[in-house]
Amino acid sequence: MGQQFRTSSSGQIDRGRILSFTFDGKPYQGYEGDTLASALLANGVRLVGRSFKYHRPRGIQTAGSEEPNAIVELRTGPRKEPNTRATTIELFDGLVANSQNRWPSLSFDIMSINNLFSPLLSAGFYYKTFMWPPSFWTNVYEHVIRRAAGLGKASTEPDPDFYEQCHEHCDVLVVGAGPAGLSAALAAARAEARVILVDEHPRLGGSLNDENYSINGKAGSEWVDEIHAQLEEMDNVRVFTRTTLFGYYDHNVVAAIEKVSDHMPVPHQGHPRQRMWTFYPGRVVIATGATERPLVFGNNDMPGVMLASAARAYVNRYGVKPGRRAVIATNNNDAYRTAIDLHHAGINITAVVDSRIQPDAALVEELESLSIRLLTGSTVGSAEGHQQVSYVQIVTTQGDTLDPERIDCDLVACSGGWNPNVHLHSQSGAKPVYDDSILSFVPGKSRQSEVSVGAANGSFSLQDCLAQGVSAGTQAARQTGFKSRKMAVARADNEGDYAIEALWISPTPYNKNYKQFVDQQNDVKASDVVLASQEGFDSVELLKRYTTQGMATDQGKTSNVNALALLACQRGEPLPEVGITTFRPPYVPVAMGVFAGHTVGYDFMPVRRTAIHDWNTKQGAVFIEAGLWLRARYYPQQPGDTMNDCYIRETEATRNNVAIVDVTSLGKIDIQGPDAAEFLNRLYINNWLKLPVGKVRYGAMLREDGMVFDDGTTSRLEENHFFMTTTTANAASVLAHMEQYHQIEWPELDVVFCSVTEQWTGIAVAGPNSRKLLEQVIDIDISNEAFPFMSVGECMMNNIPARLFRISFSGELAYEINVPADYGEQAWLELLEADEELEVSVYGTEALGTMRIEKGHVAGSELDGRTTAQDLGLEGMANRAKHFIGKHNSERPLLVGEGRLQVVGLKSLEPERNLRIGAHLVDPSVKLETVSQSQGHVTATTYSPQLGCGIALGLLRDGASRHGEQIEAVFPLDDETLKVEVCHPVFIDPEGELVRA
Amino acid sequence: MLRIDCPWCGVRNEDEFSYGGDATVERPTDYASQDDWYHYVYTRQNPAGPHREYWHHVNGCRAWLVVERDTVTHEIFSTAPASPNLPDPDGRTR
Ligand SMILES: [Zn+2]
Repeated sequence: MGQQFRTSSSGQIDRGRILSFTFDGKPYQGYEGDTLASALLANGVRLVGRSFKYHRPRGIQTAGSEEPNAIVELRTGPRKEPNTRATTIELFDGLVANSQNRWPSLSFDIMSINNLFSPLLSAGFYYKTFMWPPSFWTNVYEHVIRRAAGLGKASTEPDPDFYEQCHEHCDVLVVGAGPAGLSAALAAARAEARVILVDEHPRLGGSLNDENYSINGKAGSEWVDEIHAQLEEMDNVRVFTRTTLFGYYDHNVVAAIEKVSDHMPVPHQGHPRQRMWTFYPGRVVIATGATERPLVFGNNDMPGVMLASAARAYVNRYGVKPGRRAVIATNNNDAYRTAIDLHHAGINITAVVDSRIQPDAALVEELESLSIRLLTGSTVGSAEGHQQVSYVQIVTTQGDTLDPERIDCDLVACSGGWNPNVHLHSQSGAKPVYDDSILSFVPGKSRQSEVSVGAANGSFSLQDCLAQGVSAGTQAARQTGFKSRKMAVARADNEGDYAIEALWISPTPYNKNYKQFVDQQNDVKASDVVLASQEGFDSVELLKRYTTQGMATDQGKTSNVNALALLACQRGEPLPEVGITTFRPPYVPVAMGVFAGHTVGYDFMPVRRTAIHDWNTKQGAVFIEAGLWLRARYYPQQPGDTMNDCYIRETEATRNNVAIVDVTSLGKIDIQGPDAAEFLNRLYINNWLKLPVGKVRYGAMLREDGMVFDDGTTSRLEENHFFMTTTTANAASVLAHMEQYHQIEWPELDVVFCSVTEQWTGIAVAGPNSRKLLEQVIDIDISNEAFPFMSVGECMMNNIPARLFRISFSGELAYEINVPADYGEQAWLELLEADEELEVSVYGTEALGTMRIEKGHVAGSELDGRTTAQDLGLEGMANRAKHFIGKHNSERPLLVGEGRLQVVGLKSLEPERNLRIGAHLVDPSVKLETVSQSQGHVTATTYSPQLGCGIALGLLRDGASRHGEQIEAVFPLDDETLKVEVCHPVFIDPEGELVRA
Repeated sequence: MLRIDCPWCGVRNEDEFSYGGDATVERPTDYASQDDWYHYVYTRQNPAGPHREYWHHVNGCRAWLVVERDTVTHEIFSTAPASPNLPDPDGRTR
């Protein structure tokens, strides 16, 4: 039982290997070598999906990656993949597929009622039908339309498979392993060029697998096997099957997707599901073949209507009869081969319908000899039937539509001619040109190092394909520096000429309205093209966007030229005048996972850890990401400790005693040379020339537009040796900025510098007892007299070489000690254990942030790229008598006048309530309704243990002169308003007595 | 994908570099007018065709380069170090 549509023999399937699969829950069988589409057809399954907008029944149109209709959900669970083309899915045992976009079932789909409302869904319907009221857009229209019009659903579970990204270089890349591609690859390989040959099918051969050709007296497939064997023997050749080149980018870089495991239920252990290849070829030979286009007639989307070449492929390649009684409709010579091949496979050809008055005499004769009926000057006006074709109505191309002949059939194999696959050529930046002899576009002038051959070049004769392949392969080798050798061209044994006459749309029977589809995946009809043109959307790019033609997952592979031709008819212009849309990558849909490759989950970004990380982990620290760094945020001490408990405890321990914090992530740059001081003098707004050796200075640097770029301390270790620190966030950009000015603007300065961030572990020691602690471990005199505020010195910390800085971010008496990173953990432990009586503790970035707000130090949230030194209260450090980066533009009138947002302190006036970051600062007399009423915003907030209330820093219009004002902090998202008092940003110890103690 | 021929590192992928802006704009002298400084920061030509621009080999040798690139076709005509002081790739100093 089953597979009742198999031919008796023929095909590249292994009839000895039976594979079981299910479609919509029903079990079927197929053979090794089948695609899902061929196996469904073998079982007589013809209805496989519902269309995007109108939910019309759809079947299998093609036998390749251009398929617009037969798109299904493949697999289940976390590997479920929507919108896969049944024509490209290799059958495997246990395959599970389901139809999509139907409810409750494929044969009874409630949404097919859309079909009756189709006038509402015509071109531009989004823009016209659902215009008002505006609230209906988000609440009604969008939900309904999204549910009714759609494709499959992706799995919401994590993908259990992995994906790889690889790179490969070669001299000659050949895309497509049909007769032209195989010839090209062999010719280039014989000249000893490094050759890569890619083909999207599991088996090389391209169209030779679908056709009954013979070459050099042998069956086409035998010739393919011979060439393949020769290529495999050469170690300068790599052959990639199941690999689709999907993008042609600048500088001759191309990308391909290799479907390593898609033909199996699950990937082999350790193998990726798919692999993305970036190829760097010297020259690309494009041998991607051609795609047949459908005819545009009434109900041409009905299951049972198929491309003529696809019908041939199912018979010849898969041993499947796509129907039992076939009508062949064509406007060119090629489809006659379908009639002949299907006839030999035992399919009853009820008629060949040729729109031309006088087809090729030899073809007419051949049909006569097989007793196949030929109707000339005629075409299919409509396909008729319930959910699949049961008969067609034939009309004459001369306009006689009132007396259509009815011919019974279950298969309509149609050909509207062939389109060379110029996609990659177009992606490379070139413009395809129109060729009147084949009524389609062929490659134009090359922009990059590529050449198209064979059918991709508009040459549909097998002999031409073989010859062009050899010639292009030979030339490509020569162009990439190899001595070419002469290679004989294989002989094509049987073929005829290709000839075509235009038939872009069929007359309809009785001139009635029929749905004549152009783009079947997006449900765009010929009448939509007409309507778009009438409404003025008559350029190719506008047509595409207005009707959505060509914008589905198949990118209009079968519909583009038909749409352009109909537009040209409508405009009354020749097709080349209308032009062609630009093809863009990817040529086939590519899973997002393959672009992500290995950079997912843990590998999403590199993680930077400090030397204290392991200790922090053991302590149960909670971490926070700061750039790529993981920093300890706070240290819970017992179960139930909240972040608030921790940072308040850590802050108090610092302010009352002594605590240490890991500050390794700050950027560190070592600067040396006779002009080091001058270099700093130009980078920073402050003066550096007179900074004594052994002293530290806090500095700010601007961008050239006058805004503050970064801040930090820089120390003079020796006359010509400085040590700069940057913020964690800007460490990389400050270094790049310094390199830019040193290399481009000031090459005369004799200075060198490099990042030493990783080389040093930084530990801040803060609190009134910090000196007492350090005296236990440091070998130099650090009394206030010998080592005052803003001193720096080299020293030994126990047995560890160290640098000691007397700087403070917390506002307390504080130091920062730097030790070589390898000693980082040891130094940390020795500080903690140095004085048992002191009970040295640790703090994280949360407490660090609290203390910096209390002390009014600006940081990243205030240095937002829009604030000047004056806005931030740093202008006092500037020396405007010298020149520095950003000086001129920071003096622009609007930056120094009134109305600037300036940094202020903010105190909550309501007990137990803290400010919120991002809250607007508003005059209490104003109800905030528009953003222009906002006078600034809150940038950083905390609860201050010291002050016992919520405090914040903010940027407030003319804030520096508004201390003491009571205003409101408004957070409209949650409808919150808080009364606050504006104050000086330094909340504690404004005179700085503590840090100097 | 642009392929940039760093004089020190050879032909490398664009993603090793960061774009550094227009190389035809000259930084004004310290005593130039406010207007000159304004234009230096904010106004740019937008040529369609060959253009000189800075690229920083940030994930490589960290040299700033002047790259002459066609903004329409992306063809690169030349790549040279921005600094006159860096030793040239053959090891000579210039
Ligand atoms: Zn480099």
